[in-house]
Amino acid sequence: MSDANDSSDSKKVVFVTVGTTSFDSLVKSVDTREVKEALFKKGYTHLLIQMGRGSYIPTKSAGEDGSLSVDHFTFSSSIAEFLKSASLVISHAGSGSIFETLKLRKPLIVVVNEDLMDNHQSELAEELAERNHLFCAHPNTLYETVSAMDSDSLVAYQPGNATPVAKFIDRFLGFTDE
Amino acid sequence: MEVGFLNAAILLIIGISTWIIARIIYVIHRSSKPLYNKPPGPLSTLIVLGSGGHTAEMINLLAVMQMDRFKPRYYIAAATDNMSLQKARVLEDSLMDKVELGGTSQFMQIYRSREVGQSYVTSVGTTLVALTHALWLMIKIRPQVILCNGPGTCIPLCVIAFFFKVFGIRWSSIFYVESIARVRRLSLSGLLLYKLRMVDQLFVQWPQLKSKYPRANYVGRLM
Repeated sequence: MSDANDSSDSKKVVFVTVGTTSFDSLVKSVDTREVKEALFKKGYTHLLIQMGRGSYIPTKSAGEDGSLSVDHFTFSSSIAEFLKSASLVISHAGSGSIFETLKLRKPLIVVVNEDLMDNHQSELAEELAERNHLFCAHPNTLYETVSAMDSDSLVAYQPGNATPVAKFIDRFLGFTDE
Repeated sequence: MEVGFLNAAILLIIGISTWIIARIIYVIHRSSKPLYNKPPGPLSTLIVLGSGGHTAEMINLLAVMQMDRFKPRYYIAAATDNMSLQKARVLEDSLMDKVELGGTSQFMQIYRSREVGQSYVTSVGTTLVALTHALWLMIKIRPQVILCNGPGTCIPLCVIAFFFKVFGIRWSSIFYVESIARVRRLSLSGLLLYKLRMVDQLFVQWPQLKSKYPRANYVGRLM
């Protein structure tokens, strides 16, 4: 038990995920020296990047010289385990990874992709940021967000409930509960 | 003789058009109202799955529905999307363990009118192919209930279902749940179905949308 605590104290992972496509401007931004230094100053020790189909390859680092250890991979069949072991998640704005992360109650920075043609995704990130469930950033403002963030200011997300909709549909169709 | 034939043809066309318009008005008027006093039994249900986030939201809804009331179930996903049907199979397999819930579900793929990033010009041709394919699937399924939540694939299916109602082929109740990602504006699919009044009931997940689209239902977030 104490061993587990020790290792989680010493290892604090930042998990970056771009989802099923690519998001090079996010990976580039995370890979800049200033963002990595800001993360290290905040006490994070490891940076793990799920980079998808992106063409920008971040520089790997073992982190021996008193800096952030950096590793990356393209895809994984399930990112659940990575999210669980992370101390901070930096994610693209897709609703899937946003809610998966919020339900695990992990601090989350959502980075909005400005290159998408139909950019409705920022709506959700901005709304949830207004409610203090996460931080919302853009690729070129990630450094400011990381250095200014205080994860204690975040409010835990109360998961929604699909039952009212199911009941509504049942009533509409005439199914009554015994 | 010839004039008489022409007149008869014109009368026939006017008669048919009037009937179709009257049916469309009736279907629109009737659709938003509850259907049965008590349904005769389980209802055949078409579930339209989208990509990633959409599918997660749909599975989340199906998980709390009383599935013995909705069978047989037909799942449709885009032909380019293998993940969504996989997730539906996992859900159906978990139902198999319970009493008499599973076993009657089918999984199908459909051509998409427009892939992400495809130009609007070429999408005219692909839309026609998608429509024909959708019509073929709908003739086979003729669902009594349609559940969809956002992907463009649901548009041709809902349009066909609407005309099945107009022509008296099959009456289906269409439910559309707008994605939680839509906070301030409806998606194109949601907006089309709302404006054309092709859905029986449309659900939104944020109060902002309810005040903007008063005919929508808001009963909280699903995720």
